[in-house]
Amino acid sequence: MMRLYRALLHLYPSSFRAAYGEEMIAIFAERRRAAKGVAAIIRLWLGAVFEILGNAAVAHWEILKQDLPYAMRALRRTPGFALAAVLVVALGVGANTAVFSLADFVLLRPLPYSHPDRLVKIWERVPGYNRLELSPADYRDWKRMSKSFEAMGASRGLSANMIAGHDPLRVEGAYLTAELWPMLGVQPVMGRFFTAEEDRYGAPATVLLSYGLWQSQFGGDRGVIGQKIRLDDKPSVIIGVMPPDFHYPNREAELWAPMQFQEDEFQDRNDNYLHVLARLKPGITLQQARADLAVVTGQLKQQYPRENGKTEANVYFLRDDFSRGWRMAMLALMGAAGCVLLIACANLMNLLLARSLVRQRELAVRTAVGAGWKRLLRQMLTESMVLAAIGGVLGVLLAITVLPLFARLVPDSLPISATPSIDLRVLAFSLALTTLTGMGFGLLPALRACRNVDLGGLREGSRAGGGKKERLRSTLVVVEMTASVVLLISAGLLIRALWRIQATDPGFRTEGVLTLRTALPMPKYEKTTKRNEFYRHVLSEVRRLPGVNNAVYISFLPMAMGGGIWPVSVDGDVKERSDLHTASARFVTPGFFATMAIPLVAGRDVSDSDTIDQPFAAVVSASFVERYWPGQDPLGKHFKFVFHDRVVVGVVNDIRVRGFEESSEPQVYMAYKQMPDNETVWYAPKDLVVESTAGPAALLPAIRRAVRDADPDQPVSNIETMAEITASQTASRSLMVKVLGAFAVVAFLLAGIGIHGLLSFAVSQRTQEIGVRIALGAQPSDIMRMVLGRSAVLAIAGITAGLVLSFAAGHAMESLLAGVKPADPVTFIAAICLCLLMALLGSLAPTIKAVKVDPISAIRID
Amino acid sequence: MAKDDELSIDSLLPLPPATFHILLALAGEDRHGYGIIQDVAARTGGELRLSPGTLYRSIQRMQEQGLIVETRERPAPEEDDERRRYYRITPFGHAVARAEARRLAQLVKMARAKGFAPGRA
Repeated sequence: MMRLYRALLHLYPSSFRAAYGEEMIAIFAERRRAAKGVAAIIRLWLGAVFEILGNAAVAHWEILKQDLPYAMRALRRTPGFALAAVLVVALGVGANTAVFSLADFVLLRPLPYSHPDRLVKIWERVPGYNRLELSPADYRDWKRMSKSFEAMGASRGLSANMIAGHDPLRVEGAYLTAELWPMLGVQPVMGRFFTAEEDRYGAPATVLLSYGLWQSQFGGDRGVIGQKIRLDDKPSVIIGVMPPDFHYPNREAELWAPMQFQEDEFQDRNDNYLHVLARLKPGITLQQARADLAVVTGQLKQQYPRENGKTEANVYFLRDDFSRGWRMAMLALMGAAGCVLLIACANLMNLLLARSLVRQRELAVRTAVGAGWKRLLRQMLTESMVLAAIGGVLGVLLAITVLPLFARLVPDSLPISATPSIDLRVLAFSLALTTLTGMGFGLLPALRACRNVDLGGLREGSRAGGGKKERLRSTLVVVEMTASVVLLISAGLLIRALWRIQATDPGFRTEGVLTLRTALPMPKYEKTTKRNEFYRHVLSEVRRLPGVNNAVYISFLPMAMGGGIWPVSVDGDVKERSDLHTASARFVTPGFFATMAIPLVAGRDVSDSDTIDQPFAAVVSASFVERYWPGQDPLGKHFKFVFHDRVVVGVVNDIRVRGFEESSEPQVYMAYKQMPDNETVWYAPKDLVVESTAGPAALLPAIRRAVRDADPDQPVSNIETMAEITASQTASRSLMVKVLGAFAVVAFLLAGIGIHGLLSFAVSQRTQEIGVRIALGAQPSDIMRMVLGRSAVLAIAGITAGLVLSFAAGHAMESLLAGVKPADPVTFIAAICLCLLMALLGSLAPTIKAVKVDPISAIRID
Repeated sequence: MAKDDELSIDSLLPLPPATFHILLALAGEDRHGYGIIQDVAARTGGELRLSPGTLYRSIQRMQEQGLIVETRERPAPEEDDERRRYYRITPFGHAVARAEARRLAQLVKMARAKGFAPGRA
């Protein structure tokens, strides 16, 4: 029992404990003897614990109150050092806080839904597709047949023309089944959810608004509930407004309407468009749920061998529903930030070591007047903690400032906001990091300084810096070099990967192409002739504008939309999507290939004479020909695609429909007039492509006018240049490269400063020795060799270790490298040269100083 | 390290209650820590029970301020416990305690003038 009390006393400052500990124990022992009965003993202990906690804190605070002004005075005497140290800490803590809040936001923080740990996303898996949406029929069957889920609900994209007053507006949102609301457990700020009854086909249309849409389009009017808006010409009643931080199923969603399945949606088992969310029953693991669904898909395989023969289920936690690349990117960033902090600490430690040598005399004086070494240690740690604390606060401010820039690094598949936020966890992390940093760079130098204090320090002119200290300082510089090599090479590899991706030919023109969307609402435009009327009007108006070379319509722009995939069957051989006989389906107006500069290699473009009564013409890409008719003339060949027989009239080069980093299916382009009424209306051309020499700003008003003339209720949305669309493909990647690059530059500079500091100090400590050498006849080249040799040894040691670690790091992040080898020689050689250059630059000033040592005055110093 | 020459009496007033009580406890005789706690408790009828932490923090500060010193004289051997340290009030401590008492008396007089009379003394 007394041992426990003794242990508790360790909470007091050691000087206090040394002075009064024994007496306090004696007093406690007497009270313990006086206490009779269990209750009294418990009371005594509780009192003692609280008393010690409180008084120990006060005692520490009292010492701190003495030490702080002393520390501030000491730091103010060397403002350059203090400023440098604070900045270095701010950079280290700032980098780590920013990256940690990002990683925490993306990887760790629970999603803002009820019981987020039991929410899972369910996908279909077929050969070639790991995460395929479910078809309504599979959704209904899986929901009915599985046993692991408490609830299951589905959503699909909603994109509609909204008219709510003045201007028509294109809005994005989601159709949800009623089960989703209780699963997500988020309450509307106003109004209510739709009920299961309102989710039935034929029920009156209802809609919930996002907070943003409510603010921007309805001015935050509280009377909005019960108002009617028109979505694609259908009246809907607003029944609720969701809170600002509600982002399901993605952060673009601005409104939510009930799914209202129609019975015929359950016919085609291979029409996949549902995102399915489920809640695991309590106690059911992900593995059990997967096994459960495997049984279900097994049964469906037997029942529908043709459609479901190769359909498996994939289950992921909603939390983890993003690609491995993101996880890797987060880890890489955290590793890089860690490296920066490590270098920062090593650098500061080196600075403090040098400083403590200079302060030997001051410490010796204080020891001489009776301060114990523990007291001195505390004093010196207070100093480094003050530096760390100021730096830490600055670092957190820095992180808060840069965090919004990280928005592109939050995967858009996660239903959370785009901007990571700083919360208490992050602040706790920064506090711990700052403490650790202060301890990390302060403890060792302080220990060294205080333990080694002897009254010898008082002797005039005593030379500071024994061999042991020099070794430690050299090691620190080597560590800095190593870490900066790792950072340089990692950043270099990622830059090379980015360049490689950016150098990829998309297969189409990206410059001078403006695009925008006029998605025509159905059923208003379900008649093909009515749509054609609209296209004809808009295209002829736009083509007349000055600077416009051409204007065309297509179903979906490449890269902006990767889906729209249909099974292909050739010679009556019916293939299912699961057999990888698929192609991307697009309807175009004539001139698409010329406008996008996609080379036509054989045959002709679709034309205005490809009307609904003619054979259905198709222009296919070269890979399509390669797959079905290798070595043959493809023109005139027939195949079945999107419900109809089609004849090949032309062949074009392939383009990267799915983007730079994913492989794309072969492409099939069909004539816009050859769409039977009310069939596949989702593919009705909606994206306008304008190739011009005039800038978007000059064209847009006229284009808007042309659209308004054609249909005053038709909104224009998704205004982007093709260059912006391709650039957004690599936006996350290039942001990550920028962040890593910035870390690498900081690390590089710090390491350079580290070498410089160490050598300058070494030279100034050895001025006498150098003087003697010169006096004895050493040439400047000998002196140079001496200093540079030292620097070379450090650099080579650091680089060697760095190369080994970089190779390992490169391997770990191979999935991010887009085919660049982890041992990419160009990157490695560049990094080695940079580091040698840095070592050389860092040694320049000290070397010159050494060469210029005047032997007479150097020897005369003492 | 007494610094009484640096500290004026006024700068120490008002005294924290624990400090004043410790000075009172040491007014008559030298005491060890536990003795001080017991004396304070007895004098206040059990109202004020100094915890060891509060006591020694006060003692530490009072030593630094020069109000008390640790004494080298030990009591009669049969009462002595060698682990114990005894404390003695300094002349400066006396002066400070007197000043504090005067301040308190002044305060009471003012209170009485305003009708806050504690009894009919």
